[in-house]
Amino acid sequence: MASHTFTLNGERITVEAEDDVRLLWVLRDLLGVTGPKYGCGIGVCQACTSHINGKAFNPCSVPVAKIAPDDEITTIEGLPATVGKDLHPMQEAWLELDVAQCGYCQPGQIMTAVAKVRRAAAEGREIEERDLDEIRNICRCGTYTRIREAIKAGAKNM
Amino acid sequence: MAEPTPPAEPEPPAPEGPESSESSESPGRRRVLAYLLAAPTLAVGVRFAADAVGAQEAAALVPSPPQPENLFDLGDLQNLVAAPTSGLITVQVHTDGTASFAVPRAEVGQGMTTAIAMMIAEEMDLPLGKVRVALADARPELLMNQFTGGSNSMRSMYLPVRTAAAVARERLVSTAAAQWGVDASRLTVESGVIRHGTRSATYGSLAEKAASTTVRAAAARLKPRADFTVLGTPQNRIDALEIVTGRKKFGMDHDVPDAKPTMVRRPPTINGTVKAVHNADAVLRMPGITDVAVIEHGVAVRGATFGQCVDALRALEVTWGRGTVDAESDDTVLRKIKAAALPMVVPPLLTKKLDAEFTFAFASNSPLEPDNAIADVRADRAEIWSSLKVPIVAQQDIAARLGLPQKAVTVHVVEGGGSFGRHLFHDVAAEAAEISQKMGKPVKLSWSRTDNFRQGRTHPMCVSRVRATYALGNVLSYEQRHTGAQTDFGHGLGEMITSAAAKLPVAGNLTFAETIFQLTQSTPYHFGVTTQLLNEVPLKFNTGSMRNIYSPNVACARELVVDQLAARMRKDPVEFRRAFLKDKRLRAVLDRAAEEGDWGRSLPAGVAQGIGVHAEYRGAVATLVEIDCRPETVNRKIRDGVGGPRVTKALMVVDAGFAINPRGLEAQMMGGFNDALAMALTSSLHIKDGLPLEGSWDNYFYTRQWNTPLELRVVIMPSDSEKPAGAGELGVAPAFAAIACAYARATGTLPTSFPINHGTLGFDPLPREPSTPQSPTDGLDRAF
Repeated sequence: MASHTFTLNGERITVEAEDDVRLLWVLRDLLGVTGPKYGCGIGVCQACTSHINGKAFNPCSVPVAKIAPDDEITTIEGLPATVGKDLHPMQEAWLELDVAQCGYCQPGQIMTAVAKVRRAAAEGREIEERDLDEIRNICRCGTYTRIREAIKAGAKNM
Repeated sequence: MAEPTPPAEPEPPAPEGPESSESSESPGRRRVLAYLLAAPTLAVGVRFAADAVGAQEAAALVPSPPQPENLFDLGDLQNLVAAPTSGLITVQVHTDGTASFAVPRAEVGQGMTTAIAMMIAEEMDLPLGKVRVALADARPELLMNQFTGGSNSMRSMYLPVRTAAAVARERLVSTAAAQWGVDASRLTVESGVIRHGTRSATYGSLAEKAASTTVRAAAARLKPRADFTVLGTPQNRIDALEIVTGRKKFGMDHDVPDAKPTMVRRPPTINGTVKAVHNADAVLRMPGITDVAVIEHGVAVRGATFGQCVDALRALEVTWGRGTVDAESDDTVLRKIKAAALPMVVPPLLTKKLDAEFTFAFASNSPLEPDNAIADVRADRAEIWSSLKVPIVAQQDIAARLGLPQKAVTVHVVEGGGSFGRHLFHDVAAEAAEISQKMGKPVKLSWSRTDNFRQGRTHPMCVSRVRATYALGNVLSYEQRHTGAQTDFGHGLGEMITSAAAKLPVAGNLTFAETIFQLTQSTPYHFGVTTQLLNEVPLKFNTGSMRNIYSPNVACARELVVDQLAARMRKDPVEFRRAFLKDKRLRAVLDRAAEEGDWGRSLPAGVAQGIGVHAEYRGAVATLVEIDCRPETVNRKIRDGVGGPRVTKALMVVDAGFAINPRGLEAQMMGGFNDALAMALTSSLHIKDGLPLEGSWDNYFYTRQWNTPLELRVVIMPSDSEKPAGAGELGVAPAFAAIACAYARATGTLPTSFPINHGTLGFDPLPREPSTPQSPTDGLDRAF
């Protein structure tokens, strides 16, 4: 068992875990942070999508030992604080369009959406249909249309 | 808050007094009865009531007599059995001014809790935000009233919930009137505040005074539809904020003391068994692992994290016994199904005939949330947490398996991350209970994603044969013979059918599956002599209903044949349908779809429109799609996924009777569309030597963003109906049919096997053993 220190949702934390335990289980089973969901554990469904230093990634596919002390992990719970508000504009867009059905995939969808919009912005362009077509997050309820609309709406306020 | 006391032997309700407060109300308002229950604050209990059974009209052309589904459908069956047996469902008013209700249904994303909250808000004149809806634990006294399925919740709950809320409002108003010494008819209510002149009282301030000390009946009148301000208006989900902030709790998010992560090493064939475990002691010494136990269909491991459970289950060395379908593969099952098809009976004398046969592959009903349950089994009691659509059956069965009395097993229904039929079965909860009992500790059991696809429930492979005869511009007969591997209805619906058997309009000694088929299937066309029959092959796959059960396959086959008949009779598909449809609501949605969707517009070669219609659950839908089957679209490269034809535009026109929440209805239609898209084009299970090859979402190609239509629009038809139709499954069948018809027109070939890509295995299967793949370690390389 080893100690792992990193920043989680703006807070410096230290957790005891075997090096190879994937970050998803450290978050969910050891730290009680349950916003990131388990949907496949093999980096496919994207339900656990969170941010590392502002980039989207799948905690199910990263051993905790690979997280460095200066890494900043943001889960859905910490997303609003990144803009200093109660809700991130993408979450507000999700509410406005009533995107969710069961809701299981939606934390991951929102974290992916934010990263997609940031990447497009970094390339100096707006989010396009081809960006939306690239999104791999599964929504088994089939909310894809509202997700697309919400990402375009949320992007305007980011 | 203390629970209200239900009446021990409820008498038939009698109104408690003259309805002085209602004297000024319009005579058209429906009077309803409920019970005031003995409780610290106001509590109103109500029975479920059966909905009226209304026959539909048939006329003109070569009339087809109404089929059973027209007269009496699956929802009516559920309503019928609900009527005589129910306990009470209760609206409570609290001192904080909120009203609460524990709904005996499962919420799995369909929006049921939001619609229930709207009913209470409407009848009580209370803001939606002040209504709290929770999911009731298993309540054995409710018998078949605690069953979520068949798109029946709105149809069965609409009247009773409104009744309880209306009586609660009436009681609060009369309490305020008595307190102020004025006639109740002179009070007004707005947003949970009762006013008379300058005086006002909140519901919260009256909650205790309005409470009854004895159980007695009370009456009120329901609001007429014209007065609605909440029902019938678009509302967002009541749990939307919890969802987007990650706070909504699903099964695995519940914190039950000492319920540690638990997973199962599963056999390499469906329902295989354990012969021997060779290294249990070594696995028990692995980091974090606390327990190893052999169970009916595998070996369970419990540990500090799910990741360590994956490590442990993979390390187990197990000798496996046979499963239940080890010798079966796609081709063997298909041969058995085809051999079992019932014969056609109409002799094609002096007429032309059209024969067609369509094959539908096995499909998975797995939601995104992997199957899971928490169980805490002790010597004398057990407690279960799981998303269950039939929790009473779960309670009965789990109690029997554990050797406990039913009342010693508490079953909590938790919010589900989707269901699509999966949560009709409680096999996961029963397995968690088995593991907890064997380990003597609480467990938090999760199936792996691969477990879900390979050992979970499937929509069975089926073949639909159709023969139609026609002459002189009329269709004279329509016969459909639907044959499939057996669908398991052993989750409570079977008991419903048994208890109501004598009252059902289906003749003879039908099986549960045949009865459900007859209660859900009908042909909406005047096609003369019409028969639709089901036969099933008893194979021991783990099957179950998938959203819309038989209809997507049956309707797809039917609508493809309708297009073929139209072509043979040189008629346009929309014109042909309009001419033969029995039901004016279906004609209306068809016409609206054709008009709004610009039916017949010019499209490039390889791109075509298709239309499909379907009526079920007392609703009617027409779907119009445009599909792009040009090579540059079909062959686009998708990493670890399938592209294929793309539906570029889709329009769904729905008449769902009274649309309780149009925004929720639209969501259900959209979800149904994406299910249909997957079933038609991309998603299936390939069975090989007793196991599905699919083990991941990159193998089971449910609709992804690159498949979903670029434009998907839902039009809700105005309806003067007072009653809601079922909507949760309504969209699937007509969408599937429309996509298939469009594909046929775009490619110029009649598709006969679905999904259309089933013949090509588009992935490298995960190993059969170990049953769960290891998580990757390179996630940071893919960060974006």
